Amino acid sequence: MLAMTFILFADIYEWFPEKWFDSVIYLQFVPSVLHFIAVFSLLTAGGFVAVLLLTLLTGRIYCSVICPLGILQDVVNRISRWRSRKKRFFKFKKAHPVLRYIFLGIMVVAIIFGAGFIVTWLDPYSIAGRTFTYLFKPATVWLNNTVTPILNNAGLYSASHKNLMQPSVLPFILSFAVIVAIGYLAWKRGRLFCNTICPVGTLLGEVSRFSLFKVRFNYSTCTRCGKCAAVCKSECIDTKNQKVDYTRCVACFNCLDVCPESALSFSPVKLKQPLKSTPEPAPGYAVSTHRHDKNRRKILVTLLALLAGKRIYALKKNKMPDQQKNLLLNEKDHPVAPPGAKSIDRFNAICTGCSLCVTACPTDVLQPALTEYGLRGFMQPHMDYITNFCNFDCVKCGEVCPTGAILPLTKEEKHLTQLGKAVFVEQNCVVYTDGTDCGACSEHCPTKAVNMVPYKNGLLIPKVDDSICIGCGACEHACPVDAPFKAIYVNGNAVHQLAEKPDFGEKKVINDDADFPF
Amino acid sequence: MKRRDFLVTGTVLGVGGTLLPNFGGLNAIGLPANNGEYDLAAVRGGEVTAMYDKALEALGGIESFVKTGQKVLVKPNIGWDAPPERAANTNPQLVAHIIKDCLRAGASEVVVFDHTCDQGDRCYQNSGIEKAARDAGAKVVTGSNESFFQEVSVPGGRSLKTTKIHQDLASADVFINVPILKHHSSTTVTLSMKNLMGVVWDRRYYHANDLSQCIADFLTYRKPDLNIVDGYRMLTRNGPKGVSEDDVADLKALIAGKDIVAVDSAATLMFGSKPNDINHIRIANEMGIGTTDLDNLAIKRIKMG
Repeated sequence: MLAMTFILFADIYEWFPEKWFDSVIYLQFVPSVLHFIAVFSLLTAGGFVAVLLLTLLTGRIYCSVICPLGILQDVVNRISRWRSRKKRFFKFKKAHPVLRYIFLGIMVVAIIFGAGFIVTWLDPYSIAGRTFTYLFKPATVWLNNTVTPILNNAGLYSASHKNLMQPSVLPFILSFAVIVAIGYLAWKRGRLFCNTICPVGTLLGEVSRFSLFKVRFNYSTCTRCGKCAAVCKSECIDTKNQKVDYTRCVACFNCLDVCPESALSFSPVKLKQPLKSTPEPAPGYAVSTHRHDKNRRKILVTLLALLAGKRIYALKKNKMPDQQKNLLLNEKDHPVAPPGAKSIDRFNAICTGCSLCVTACPTDVLQPALTEYGLRGFMQPHMDYITNFCNFDCVKCGEVCPTGAILPLTKEEKHLTQLGKAVFVEQNCVVYTDGTDCGACSEHCPTKAVNMVPYKNGLLIPKVDDSICIGCGACEHACPVDAPFKAIYVNGNAVHQLAEKPDFGEKKVINDDADFPF
Repeated sequence: MKRRDFLVTGTVLGVGGTLLPNFGGLNAIGLPANNGEYDLAAVRGGEVTAMYDKALEALGGIESFVKTGQKVLVKPNIGWDAPPERAANTNPQLVAHIIKDCLRAGASEVVVFDHTCDQGDRCYQNSGIEKAARDAGAKVVTGSNESFFQEVSVPGGRSLKTTKIHQDLASADVFINVPILKHHSSTTVTLSMKNLMGVVWDRRYYHANDLSQCIADFLTYRKPDLNIVDGYRMLTRNGPKGVSEDDVADLKALIAGKDIVAVDSAATLMFGSKPNDINHIRIANEMGIGTTDLDNLAIKRIKMG
């Protein structure tokens, strides 16, 4: 599962059909819950129900074989035990119930109130996703680009050069920091993260109390030798009292294999108590203050970022040539959310920042937001038109999104989905400032919403028809004026709109029997 | 130089020609020449490969451009993620046919690339050119990797003094330029000269520093040895990519020749515009890179329909 998930994140050749993404990621718990909330269909987003049922049957199998972060931690721990000269043993440790329930509470509140930026940092799948996207994928691309020339010289063309565009290092640094911290815990203490911080682990742990199958002691044959506890990466087997803390057990079955007396077994409950249904997690506390706080912080951070930004631009402008001193700063009312997001609010509430779309995006136009959405959408993808523009016929992000934050669109739907509107700033345009030909924006426009109309001295200048503009950013990307003084830019729509279909009239028929005009 | 020699006689003959009633109906203007010695060939009404064969016959065959053991660069337009029917990219059949012709003439290697505008791999795939060219025996390399580009100086450049060109242009002995005849929002038409923006890395520099001048400047670095304008399908509006198949007209034409300015002038007339109204063509003519004056060229006009 780890390998499959990783391969999807590192699929630089778009080898895998979009359906695969769906089936591999279907069972990821938090994305599935959010997707269910988004589309309200168990068929497309029933993964979490399946996981709950599985947990009721056999315990936290999810944590040991489905969760990519869990498996990643096992890999780290395996290396740690293999590398260390001294034999490493786990010891039974007490649980940290207070911490666990606080994190679970925060997560539930965050999901209910659509605080995506909190979910982003707690959902284990999303943490793993970002690790793949910002750390492992660049490594894969680098490896590919090293091997490609060798293969091509040997006459093999199945490999080709890939450009990697990650304009900001912050996502890399943050993902690196988080994974190093979790990796450190895994190296020393096995699944400590899963049993202390991870809200999915805590929730499934509670469900596991009622599982049908559990790891059980046979009190008569057990010699309390402690071998089981020494291999338990959850540190949850108390040999002294012959007890297993089922809320922490991730059903890895290491203990079963090592028990010399076969005193441990994975067996069904002796039905003395009836099975209870899944306990509904209690809604949170201190909701109003929390929300208030969040808004205040969002405003504060956005303000600081804007202030800092303005200041830097002001300095930059002083160094620009004279004819560009009068350029106007691009001020977007809204950032541009990916096609299928429907609205920025909706998107921010659902996206967990797992970055699968960022890595799947063939043009790298999807980049993690820093300040664009404010604090609320930190690390959620936005359309970064400085890095690239959105391919007109591509619908990949919607196909791969596991949470439903980006809903799938057909090509035809996407061609009419307006993410934003192009805004032309004549004062910044080289046709105006330099009096020379340009038209790069119109050239790249897939719907010809940006068209060139007669200007003076036989020159042509752009004109925008925003009724057919879909906000793909081709014009903004192609504009030769440096950001943030682009002569054309896309102002995001807070709520995505329906664009009109471009209509330029009948096809021109040419008589191929006509004479040459020269 | 040969052209200069019979310029005078040519003019006389040309004038004489226009006076003669119904002088072939087609060769109303221009100089006469024997087959194989024409400056420019214009073909109409045929299938794409047959038109190429006729044109090359008039220009002296591919052997007069490609010698045994030479490395050839065939540079089509693969700029856009669109199928051949949309006429945003050069006809893949034509590209494949040229490659085979070069290999038949003894070329050691034929290379194909373009620095695309849309996403590179999708353009290569959906244009049909990558597959057609490989099947024809060419080496198809990416134009979307900056490390394949090297800096060169542009000796006669006014706005463009240096630029980064693809290594496979630098190492090619023969340079064959195969654009498609298209409308273009920035420059009205895009033909042979504009197509050469696909061999340089930094197109943004062109746009920011007098596009038309830069397009003309580049030719002082290197001119293609042969230009073949694919006018089988023509994008009549919304170029250079087009919005739908309604933007495409079946022109069924092909224009080929050595003089890039002359070839573009003829193609511009086919499109329905005047060469001197297209800034980069006008500038190239003024800089002496080629001529827009078709009257003083030997033009072979062939109607196949």
